[in-house]
Amino acid sequence: MVSLFEMSSLSASYGTSMVLQDINFRVVEKDFIGVIGPNGGGKTTLLRLILGLLKPVSGNLTFNSELINRNRIGYLPQISTGDINYPVTVADIILSGLMIRKGIISRMSSADKSKAAMVIDELGLSGMAGSTLNELSGGQIQRVFLGRAIIGEPKLLLLDEPGNFVDSTFENDFYEKLRELNKRMAILMVSHDVGTISSHIKSFACVNRSLHYHPSNEITNEDLLSYNCPIQVITHGEIPHTVLKYHK
Amino acid sequence: MEANIFQYEFIIKGLLGAIFASITAGLAGTYVVSKRMVFLSGGITHASFGGIGIGYFIGINPVIGAAVFGIMSALGVEYLSVRQKIREDSAIGILWAFGMAIGIIFIYLTPGYTPNLMSYLFGSILTVSNADIIALGIMSVILIFYFGIFYRAILYISFDEVFARTYSSYVDIFKYITTSLIALTIVLNIRMAGVVLVISLLTIPPNIAMLFTKVYFKIVLWSILAGFIGTASGYAISYFAGIPVGATIIFTLVIIWVIAKVISQLTKKISVSGKGELEMDKPLKS
Repeated sequence: MVSLFEMSSLSASYGTSMVLQDINFRVVEKDFIGVIGPNGGGKTTLLRLILGLLKPVSGNLTFNSELINRNRIGYLPQISTGDINYPVTVADIILSGLMIRKGIISRMSSADKSKAAMVIDELGLSGMAGSTLNELSGGQIQRVFLGRAIIGEPKLLLLDEPGNFVDSTFENDFYEKLRELNKRMAILMVSHDVGTISSHIKSFACVNRSLHYHPSNEITNEDLLSYNCPIQVITHGEIPHTVLKYHK
Repeated sequence: MEANIFQYEFIIKGLLGAIFASITAGLAGTYVVSKRMVFLSGGITHASFGGIGIGYFIGINPVIGAAVFGIMSALGVEYLSVRQKIREDSAIGILWAFGMAIGIIFIYLTPGYTPNLMSYLFGSILTVSNADIIALGIMSVILIFYFGIFYRAILYISFDEVFARTYSSYVDIFKYITTSLIALTIVLNIRMAGVVLVISLLTIPPNIAMLFTKVYFKIVLWSILAGFIGTASGYAISYFAGIPVGATIIFTLVIIWVIAKVISQLTKKISVSGKGELEMDKPLKS
């Protein structure tokens, strides 16, 4: 598989506190990685490094320039970033996903606008193009932000804790939508909710200052043990589950 | 004859003032109201009064003093809020009173002629010079071009700054420039509406517009129209009734807002009751 980007012995810190240390991580085309780990373990920092919002203190992050650059990354931040009462329509929010390539003096062409209309339909938001966020449900708001992330046809989609604002009725639809998108792009999904992570995920990255990557085929019968804290999974009946190897 | 020419000039000045005030206040006000910066703008306004006082004291045009104070305090608060080292509302509160205090002290210390404090606090069309009108006109052109060219960048940065940082490294520069332009707009409108009332000139028109539309640029257009009706009619009423212009404009704008609110509530009720009837029909049909 062709890699999209590669991190080699990469470290990141905020001020004096080291958040990520000596990360070696490669993301291949059309992978679907669940990034799991405790709060404060560096999951969001990992995304910030990939987005270029944070410079590593040491090590390298190299993009495969034939396939991807920072303009071809879609990003779905945690919901708290946008003001849902702001007077901006769904169509305009989705179009803002094109700003990275358009630059700051941008006029949206009619092609851009019809692309936005396509995304709106694809995400089941038909008829809401002219609505503002405070008129939508939590699940619909999430789809608007997903639309903003994918309108530029990215090669890599970064999702930061999408489970945080999914309404449960929409959760299945949302992950189904991600599975479809995964045919066109690699997905890196941050979640601290390990228990309910989507079954569409192909591989895992466990992040807690260090990063351990578990490829898809690595399912064993060993106990789930991560972050030096044994976790017991309790379920009723037949629930599909994945057990990851010990970190070496 | 002379009286007629004087009246004619007076009307032209008032009309141009109303047009430029509503354009600048509409553009700046929509940004301020959408971004919930009303309190910050109030702080900038009152801080700039310190510049007016110092302007008088050292013998320069007080508007220049106000502009310097306004922009400096705007940038200062933006900078501090970016650094997040200080409670923003407290900083604004301190700035607010400090600016007023400096203004009053220096006006008091100015030897000889003491300016009419009331005209700065509550606005007076009589003290508005041709230069003030021209400055407001230039400001209108600058704002139209600035918001016209960078419409989407400004809209998206104020909607979701965190996301904007993922695609642009100009986010902070935009915030500083926009806030400076808003400070200038406020300072130039002080002559019309006065320190105490100018913030309403910025905030009432967008609030009228938002009752009827939620699209940003439509809010701007409706704000300018509402602002023009309010300032022009307020100006006319103040002229004929012989009452202070700033207060009359704000009073007129609030009356327009109340009427608009009633109209929007009534139209909502009508559409809601319409929906209710449709829903009632469904079970009958099935």
